[in-house]
Amino acid sequence: MNYNKKTFCLFAGPIIIAFLMVLVIPLLIGVYYSFTEWNGRMDQVPNFIGLSNYIAIIKDEGFRNAFIFTAKFTVVSVIVINAIGFSLALLVTKKLKISNFMRTIFFMPNLIGGLILGFIWQFIFMGVFQTIGEITGWTFFQGWLADANTGFWGLVIIMVWQMSGYLMVIYIAALQNIPKSLLEAADIDGANGWAKTRHIIFPMVAPAFTISMFLTLANSFKLFDQNLSLTNGGPGGSTEMLALNIYKTAYTFTNYGAAQAKAVVFFLLVASITMVQVYINKKKEVEM
Amino acid sequence: MKSKQNSRILLYIIGIFTSFLFISPFYILIVNAFKTKRELFGSTLTLPKEWMLDNFKVALHKLSFLWVGKSFSIEGVFGSALFNSMFITITSTILIIIFSSMAAWILVRTKSRMSTIVFYMFIAAMLVPFQAVMLPLVAFMGRLGLQNRFGIIFMYLGFGSSFSIFLYHGFIKSIPVSLEEAARIDGCGPWKVFWKIIFPTLKPIHVTVSILNTIWIWNDFLLPQLMINKKGTQTIPLKMYLFFGGYSKQWHLAMAGLLIAVIPIIIFYFFAQKHIIEGVTAGSEK
Repeated sequence: MNYNKKTFCLFAGPIIIAFLMVLVIPLLIGVYYSFTEWNGRMDQVPNFIGLSNYIAIIKDEGFRNAFIFTAKFTVVSVIVINAIGFSLALLVTKKLKISNFMRTIFFMPNLIGGLILGFIWQFIFMGVFQTIGEITGWTFFQGWLADANTGFWGLVIIMVWQMSGYLMVIYIAALQNIPKSLLEAADIDGANGWAKTRHIIFPMVAPAFTISMFLTLANSFKLFDQNLSLTNGGPGGSTEMLALNIYKTAYTFTNYGAAQAKAVVFFLLVASITMVQVYINKKKEVEM
Repeated sequence: MKSKQNSRILLYIIGIFTSFLFISPFYILIVNAFKTKRELFGSTLTLPKEWMLDNFKVALHKLSFLWVGKSFSIEGVFGSALFNSMFITITSTILIIIFSSMAAWILVRTKSRMSTIVFYMFIAAMLVPFQAVMLPLVAFMGRLGLQNRFGIIFMYLGFGSSFSIFLYHGFIKSIPVSLEEAARIDGCGPWKVFWKIIFPTLKPIHVTVSILNTIWIWNDFLLPQLMINKKGTQTIPLKMYLFFGGYSKQWHLAMAGLLIAVIPIIIFYFFAQKHIIEGVTAGSEK
């Protein structure tokens, strides 16, 4: 069964046009602009300057620090969010009387946008933590977001609060797909809790793990809204991540050519990291 | 048996404690939104002595949440943050549903090199982060005069296309062709076949696609910031950003504003919770 070209264009045409105009064309123009002294507008043909913008990136300390911070943040948050998301899924599937209530609560933060979420937590870290610190006298609660270290953990905490409920939902679906007979058979064979977890539950949730890794990895590496609203990269640029660094290079320092070159590097990083991750996880899935 | 019971009690304790941790930011948000500046300064943890509504009056006005300007007017409503957010989110989502289901269907049902290439182009685009296209997009859309509410809807259609087509594509592949062939023999054209037979059977995916896109577009900050950051077209996240910037040291007002900004999506959650969780699950299993 096949349709003619006219029908094809009628059905697929409108969205292809939108797709080309907002994604493909800007991406191609953007790659070109990254080799020029671009002024951020389309009113004239910018000067071609070859690789200068890319060479400048290598020397750009702010970008390097943003990369290191982003990489560290991504590693930590991927591990923590997946561990907590999976634990929540285990907890919620234990058939407690409060299971439904817990599921509702754990998922709720996910609906709040990153920007608003960052503002709420800014108050918690700076206002509420301060109060707790004064009551208890614990210095742990004092001076949050005032240095790079607490800024880092602040970002990890808000991402955990926001995303672990989402991962929980994915892991619940995977856990519920495990055939009961498999676990019962293991019980009869005398398998203990850890053996069951290691040899049945882990392999069965491996596909869900691939997706969860992908989601957390991409979201953490590309994080922007939370970074802007919680710390705005401060103090002194010490918590600035890559997306925010690109944004500021363009709109604070009006250095559009350089910002676009960073954006191209960012694209290559995101694309290669996510492809490698999915490839490795798919391979592991088979081995388990 | 005894140890099993003990472990269940332990699970309850862990469950209640974790729920408490997850819910506490909402508690903080609510109690402090009702306090005076002085009372909030005294303690951020206690319930307010008096549940003050004054903060909300200021916040509603400063956010232009329900209408623009001091007093109510019809034109004011059409420029309000709530209207702009709802208008943009709902229209974009409907257009994404219509056009990506149409495209996905024809991509599945046309076996040609062209259709394969187009499909893989949409899939590959999922790897492109927004920052990669952001700057040229702003320049390009500015040039075309699309930096307005209709322009941004068009952009959401483009950005939402990849994932939505991907979801529809997976589902349509499982629909048997025989149904359509019978209709075609009866003399139905492709237009009629799609709308009468295919579109209604896609209902579960419509739910998934609309929920995932609604949550994303409703909360999106950066694209509106770059495209429609003008008085009268600003969405809730944009207004919140400006409001917070101006009142960051006046936490009582900021909390009231944040609470107002969060309420619509929480209401949506309580009405559509079942669909939302199913939608998220279905979206991730593909």
